[in-house]
Amino acid sequence: MSLALSISELRKTYKSGVEALRGVQLEVKEGDFFALLGPNGAGKSTTIGIICSLVNKTSGKVTVFGHDIDLELEAAKTCIGLVPQEFNFNQFEPVFEIVVNQAGYYGIDRATASVRAEKYLKQLGLWDKRREMARELSGGMKRRLMIARALVHEPRLLILDEPTAGVDIEIRRSMWKFLREINEQGTTIILTTHYLEEAENLCKHIAIIDNGLTIESTEMRDLLRRLQQETFVFNSREAVSGMPSIAEYAVRKIDAQTFEVDVDKRQSLNELFSAFSAQGIHIDSMRNKSNRLEELFVRLTEEGKINAA
Amino acid sequence: MQLKAQYHAFTTILIKEFMRFIRIWVQTVLPAGITMALYFIIFGNLIGSQLADVHGQRYIDYIVPGIILMAVINNSYANVVSSFFSAKFQRHVEEMLVSPMPNYLILSGFVAGGVARGLVVGAVVTVVASFFVDLHFYSFGLTVLVLLMTAILFALAGFINAVYAKTFDDISIIPTFVLTPLTYLGGVFYSIDMLPRFWQSLSLGNPILYMVNAMRYGMLGVADINVFTAISIILSFVVGLFLFALWLLNRGIGVRS
Ligand SMILES: Nc1ncnc2c1ncn2[C@@H]1O[C@H](COP(=O)(O)OP(=O)(O)OP(=O)(O)O)[C@@H](O)[C@H]1O
Ligand SMILES: [Mg+2]
Repeated sequence: MSLALSISELRKTYKSGVEALRGVQLEVKEGDFFALLGPNGAGKSTTIGIICSLVNKTSGKVTVFGHDIDLELEAAKTCIGLVPQEFNFNQFEPVFEIVVNQAGYYGIDRATASVRAEKYLKQLGLWDKRREMARELSGGMKRRLMIARALVHEPRLLILDEPTAGVDIEIRRSMWKFLREINEQGTTIILTTHYLEEAENLCKHIAIIDNGLTIESTEMRDLLRRLQQETFVFNSREAVSGMPSIAEYAVRKIDAQTFEVDVDKRQSLNELFSAFSAQGIHIDSMRNKSNRLEELFVRLTEEGKINAA
Repeated sequence: MQLKAQYHAFTTILIKEFMRFIRIWVQTVLPAGITMALYFIIFGNLIGSQLADVHGQRYIDYIVPGIILMAVINNSYANVVSSFFSAKFQRHVEEMLVSPMPNYLILSGFVAGGVARGLVVGAVVTVVASFFVDLHFYSFGLTVLVLLMTAILFALAGFINAVYAKTFDDISIIPTFVLTPLTYLGGVFYSIDMLPRFWQSLSLGNPILYMVNAMRYGMLGVADINVFTAISIILSFVVGLFLFALWLLNRGIGVRS
């Protein structure tokens, strides 16, 4: 399958002297749903800025669907739709105009642009707001406006920089559904987010950037498989006095009705449940202590800090 | 981008820019009409009636071309400097930067918007002028050409100002400290023949002098400067500023980090 995006040895040093990227490598296959993760200041937005020519790179190579941004910039730009991290529309322009004008900048005639603007504003639940000034929208609506704007020229690659920041649960779910649909229809998607369950839910591939370097780039499944141990939280129906003795498992009692257990990959939950039963403890509910991807993420970026030190 | 796509992109910017200043016409079109009417009343009627003819023209007739031109200069400049600066400031210039539009098209779009405002305001001032004087056009074609080229020149200058501007103060410094003095000293209200020799030669270094005289020639058929020289100078400024502005945009100065 061909590559939607390929980045090699990408470096960026800002005028302030900050070395934001120190050799980022990325490959995103066509049709992928790709998560680009990393802590604050890792260099995600800088990378995206360079791909979309909002930031000048210091060195390195970027190709979008085979078009090198140094040689075939126009062709590369035509393939990309960008939803940036910060709001960057004219606050005093009506919603409909923002979307139609964006199509215009891509060379689309006004009639076609209007039809498409209607389609995407409806899909994103903003059609009723089309005549309002952008600044009159709520934060979540502004995010959706930027998604509609990014789609109006029907790009093959959609890049979303924290599209769900500050968006409520219901809208976030509907955004996920929407993004999944357009991904299924063939649009390649790259997404950055700090909500790791979002990445786990949506994405097939994942890359982690830390300190301007790619520290991981793999399939989501493979990454999760690497998790050696998970921590579960159990709630018992009645208060338990004393400490249950379950030899093979590391059990911690949090309060009379709550236990935390570290479960190794080789161990089975069945035996753990039997052991609880044998002690006369009825388990009401159970959950992961934290999101699985989150545990991995923290571990990987911690390692980075240790290595750097 | 194909030619047709370029056409759509260009008209998108132009229409957007046009609607922007029309929507706020009280701030963008009206002030020039009022200020210039005051010039006609005070300098033209009240003071002008006490003055002798200049180059065989009544004083009020003599100053009309320069006053119209002054309005065009100020407004082409102001439109682009404020529009492009606010696009930078609110970051919606990024909407254009991510698009496949070539830089010369972005530049031309903003310049066309500035020219549109310059010409609309120029037309308003001309109508105002017609209440005070009988308008004549020695050469209508030349008049329009000079107005158009001057509008392009100052729209480009406004663009360059906006590229370098970092704060809202920066967009008023040049108009106040450079543009206004040069316009007043550019022979709008007098002929440089009236000046001592030293000031005459100094005035020849002022590009606005050439535009005012070319414009006056277009309307009245009199000028301090050879019209051909004047047009050539304006044209070289237009070309020079266009190339410079395009270079700035290609380098991403002020818009890309
Ligand atoms: N315009 C700029 N000028 C100077 N330094 C910058 C600029 N933009 C970003 N940086 C610096 O570059 C580094 C990477 O920033 P970037 O915005 O790419 O991080 P990020 O991964 O997107 O973080 P976040 O998750 O907080 O959005 C940071 O140290 C930041 O301070
Ligand atoms: Mg960011």
